[in-house]
Amino acid sequence: MCRTGQQPDPHEADDEKTSSPAFAALLEDSAEELYESAPCGYLSTLMDGTIAKINTTLLTWLGLEREAVVGRMRFTDLLTVGGKMYHETHFAPLLRMQGEISGIAMEIKQAGGGRMPVLVSSVVKHGSTGEPLLIRTTVFDARDRRAYEEELLRGRKAAEEARKQAEADRARLQDALAVLQQSLLPDTLPEVPGVETAAYYHTAHPDRLGGDFYDVFPIDGKRFGFFLGDVCGKGPQAAALTSLTRYTLRAAALHDPDPVSALTTLNKVLHERYAGSGDPRYCTAIYGTFDPDPDTGQVSVHLASGGHPPVIAVRADGAADFLPTPGGLLVGILPSACFTAATTVLAPGDMLLLYTDGITEARTGEGRTGLYGDEALLAFAADHAGKPPPAAIQALTDLLHSFGDGLDDDTALLALGVPAPHPRTRSSR
Amino acid sequence: MDIARRNNVTVTGTSQGRTVVLAHGFGCDQNMWRLTLPALVEEYRVVLFDYVGSGRSDATAFSEDRYDSLTGYAQDVVEVCEALDLRDAVFVGHSVSAMIGVLAAGMAPERIGAHVMVAPSPRYIDDEGYRGGFSADDIDELLASLESNYLGWSAAMAPVIMGNADRPELGEELKNSFCATDPDMARVFARTTFLSDSRDELKSVGVPTLVLECTQDVIAPREVGAFVHQAIPGSTLVTLDATGHCPHLSAPEATNQAIIEFLAALR
Repeated sequence: MCRTGQQPDPHEADDEKTSSPAFAALLEDSAEELYESAPCGYLSTLMDGTIAKINTTLLTWLGLEREAVVGRMRFTDLLTVGGKMYHETHFAPLLRMQGEISGIAMEIKQAGGGRMPVLVSSVVKHGSTGEPLLIRTTVFDARDRRAYEEELLRGRKAAEEARKQAEADRARLQDALAVLQQSLLPDTLPEVPGVETAAYYHTAHPDRLGGDFYDVFPIDGKRFGFFLGDVCGKGPQAAALTSLTRYTLRAAALHDPDPVSALTTLNKVLHERYAGSGDPRYCTAIYGTFDPDPDTGQVSVHLASGGHPPVIAVRADGAADFLPTPGGLLVGILPSACFTAATTVLAPGDMLLLYTDGITEARTGEGRTGLYGDEALLAFAADHAGKPPPAAIQALTDLLHSFGDGLDDDTALLALGVPAPHPRTRSSR
Repeated sequence: MDIARRNNVTVTGTSQGRTVVLAHGFGCDQNMWRLTLPALVEEYRVVLFDYVGSGRSDATAFSEDRYDSLTGYAQDVVEVCEALDLRDAVFVGHSVSAMIGVLAAGMAPERIGAHVMVAPSPRYIDDEGYRGGFSADDIDELLASLESNYLGWSAAMAPVIMGNADRPELGEELKNSFCATDPDMARVFARTTFLSDSRDELKSVGVPTLVLECTQDVIAPREVGAFVHQAIPGSTLVTLDATGHCPHLSAPEATNQAIIEFLAALR
């Protein structure tokens, strides 16, 4: 506090202050004066609502003369129609049951036709034997407050509308995404004579289109094509790349089923599409054909890899090995690329397992610091040697689920197997 | 469906006595009958309930489709009667509930054997040759009042509104809770109530009926009481020396006496 030298110290001036004219006036401020000119409206009514006493402040707000009000009007006569109804259905019952009620928003009618928002509180005064005698009511000016509350209500309504709209938009978007996602993967795999197939796709984020893909399809009367891969990135751009990749491979296979040739065509298409776009995109893929021989029951497989993890050949006798395809380049990065081919023959009971790195890069262990890894997958596959592809895929699906939140990428699995001629028990593992 | 839980049904009084169903109107819940109850429990079996959307009913059972007409509320009454297998009960309805009782009796005549109508109104909005007391604009004002009051939207009321039947202690501490309703449900009940017109249904009442009106009632003026009395053949009209729309709270003795006399004469 800043004082000039002339002003007396407030502590020393107590005597002087209490004898000042202002303080004297305060002392003379009678209870009556306080009642009449209080900064809120006062009102006393009989239990039937008839107004017995009202202060000047409230009369001024109402624009009414005391004679016109006292003994002639009821409290509800001061209210707007909506307020009257609210009074009868909420205020009065609560007051009767509780003996008091506070802070109820109402509007009083002003003589000039205006309406004034107020907050009303009432308490019932009881007689010595407990019978209700009269109702005391205070009325606070709530004009500014009401304006503020209306802002809040408007804001809340707007927010509610926006939320509903956003939820509807989100639902629509998710429906659309689900349809698109479905279009990137085959509904069902085709029947292949002499070969059993199974696949599984794990979506890491329901609302983010994934970038893994696979397919199995007939090439001619004899051979079938298959592929599985992983495009870079996620979301709509990755989905577009997946779509382009999938249909390019299928078309290329019809033109020339040779695996290296099909991947070379894909490489050209992707490079042409994305290299100059300022958003270079690529994928890794295994593409191959299989050619069942009905006479021997064996299936010869020709495949090529563009930068994709090697497939696992699981033999009926329990051996499991990677089928190496080293040196194959990412598909779509360079104008011309070389891809590594490999061949194998599947005998009855053998199976070829294709996968994306979602499974091998799943985080495992305490604190999710380790990766599941290639060797663990190889061992897992060996453990399921001799099982038909659906059983192997189911076991792998359970494995994926066991990773919990350690599995944070999309994962595609495809198994192609030659059925064993008859059920048998494995003699050794 | 557990109707007793959905409608927060309370059964009290004397199990051998005739059943009296007390039905609250728009605004609060079955607590409105707390001053009526003592006069009945000695001789009658008393059933209290909350309409879905009011009091401690199961709010999840609410749907605007069902409760945008009085028939939906009448369905509540019929289902409560069926759940308790009531026959020939006396239906005491306050305000709009009196009309809901008439509709319910139309749907299941064997359930309701007499009506007590406390401050009833078959139509609140003025019409040609009929004075209900309100204009259509007045209803919009009421809806605005509902919206601007904390009884409807305070977060503190939410636990009660959501019907914590399994944790009643939450409700006991809250003052005003029995008049607090979810604003959306209150708006539907208000609209349904104040836009209703059940004048034609009154003629169908063929059981003993007591009409109670107040000398001064903003919601149901005396013309309305006279209209109801004239429309229901053989009904009895009693004008209570009471003001306001809730004589069972503002003049409980007179109200109880009128009800007791009527009930006694039924035997």
